[in-house]
Amino acid sequence: MKLSLGKWLLPLYSALALIFIMIPIAYTFVFSFNASVKSNIVWVGFTLDNWINVCQAQGVCAAFGTSLLVGAVATVIATVLGTAMAIALVRFKFRGRSTVSLLLFLPMATPEVVLGAGLAAQFLSAGVPKGLGTIIIAHALFCLSFVVVTVKARVASLDPALEEAGRDLYGSSAQVFMKITLPLLMPGIIAAALLSFALSFDDFIITRFNNGSVETFPVFVYTAAAKGMPPEANVIASAVFLFALILVVVSQLTSAARRKRLAQVS
Amino acid sequence: MAFAAIGSNSTQTEQVPRRRSKVAIILLLPGLAYLALFFLTPLVSLVMTSLQTPVEFGDVGQYQAAFQIENYAIVVGAYWPHFLRAFGYALAATFFALVISYPLAYFIGVKARRWPLLQALMLTLVIAPFFISFLLRTLAWKQLMSDDSGLVSALKTLTILPADGHLTGTAFSVIFGLTYNFLPFMTLPIYTTLERLDTRYLEAGADLYASPFTTFWRVTVPLSMPGVVSGTLLTFIPASGDYINASASFLGSAQTQMVGNVIESQFISLLNYPQASALSVLLMGLILLIVALYVKRSGTEDLL
Repeated sequence: MKLSLGKWLLPLYSALALIFIMIPIAYTFVFSFNASVKSNIVWVGFTLDNWINVCQAQGVCAAFGTSLLVGAVATVIATVLGTAMAIALVRFKFRGRSTVSLLLFLPMATPEVVLGAGLAAQFLSAGVPKGLGTIIIAHALFCLSFVVVTVKARVASLDPALEEAGRDLYGSSAQVFMKITLPLLMPGIIAAALLSFALSFDDFIITRFNNGSVETFPVFVYTAAAKGMPPEANVIASAVFLFALILVVVSQLTSAARRKRLAQVS
Repeated sequence: MAFAAIGSNSTQTEQVPRRRSKVAIILLLPGLAYLALFFLTPLVSLVMTSLQTPVEFGDVGQYQAAFQIENYAIVVGAYWPHFLRAFGYALAATFFALVISYPLAYFIGVKARRWPLLQALMLTLVIAPFFISFLLRTLAWKQLMSDDSGLVSALKTLTILPADGHLTGTAFSVIFGLTYNFLPFMTLPIYTTLERLDTRYLEAGADLYASPFTTFWRVTVPLSMPGVVSGTLLTFIPASGDYINASASFLGSAQTQMVGNVIESQFISLLNYPQASALSVLLMGLILLIVALYVKRSGTEDLL
């Protein structure tokens, strides 16, 4: 075995791949400090002004607010519907189970452009005006399958004996569900909700077909790409990035701490 | 990730007795109704719209119900190069994403096991692109590859790129963008399978005098196949329907338009709903066909 080659090549390759992944993120972050006024292409100089007065660029903050609202509502719809479906799929045997699974798999195997055009064609033929409502409907749709997949994994790893114990102690079905099943599923449900919020927040392809004149943050960026990007858009993207990163690091650290505690107990 | 997770849980259900299927129906009904209303019905609308004809003497964007099968012949005749480009670019992007992802996923999932913190850090970096706007990171690549960028002038100095050459607006930049943007979808499922890989199998391979390469090829690769299949599907499907990377305001040009671009412009700018719908139906049909053939060939039918 050529140890020296095998030993260094793989870590080096991995490091280069990770640097490659970080390049456009670093670029977006750096250019959020650019002192440019209209089109954020050439480096003019360093300023904190974009970060301090984020909302001074026309429409950025409104679009960001719309994205937060759409993401929140779509996530609630997808998470409630998806969690119920996930529980039913893992815990119950019924005819047509594989058909339901296929129906949930299909939206994930459908290109977003087709989902977007399909919904738009339907809204058109039904005479539904496009706007906030149609964006939320579209987002909840593509989040639903991802919620089911994520929560299903959690339901499957749940020990049914815990619920049986609850029933043996004369807990009603509702009590067993609220006091045992739901709390145990919570980590999976939270993960699913975060995933669906992230998917919704960043979606442009489907939104483009169903937004009417409503501007989400990606729609704002798309429009600005043609006429000049304000650096404030980079500020919002960078701030969201940092927030999500902190969230991931904190959750990893707490789960590592919990594992350590559990290891000490047992 | 998604596809792998669908298959992996099927065995767990056996322990649960058949009971209270009424509850199952109540739990399923709202979600099924949602899918029927906003997934299945739109697909039917799409098929119906694809067969419409323009209203005589009507305004632009006015169509009536019909059975105009010719719409399909028209769009195939006019846009077959866009289909070829979409699947060609998506295939190339899937290949490059696999080449970049597999060693990376192997390092994180197998080699970095001894250092959980490093593993967590690397995984966070892999999913980092999810946290920054898809459009902005694509625009960042556009700026980095623009004609007056350092990269282009360096390539010209090295005569890799001709003096009048461009990076943006070419097939190269579109495939590059697709590869970058869908990379996490390839890395994560491969990582998930490799992370569970029992390294004693590799030791067994070495004990039986197999070379590291043979062990890798005969043991590691087959065991990681479910992840590779999920990853290639999760990369290929969105890449073939994408219209951001190939759009002229991002990494593409008029010469790099994919089917997604045609659907977008026909539907949103030209209000030619029947053609946009016919193209969507064809795209979906072709992708389902490719996925079905691929899943069958790779022998992982339990994916569904």
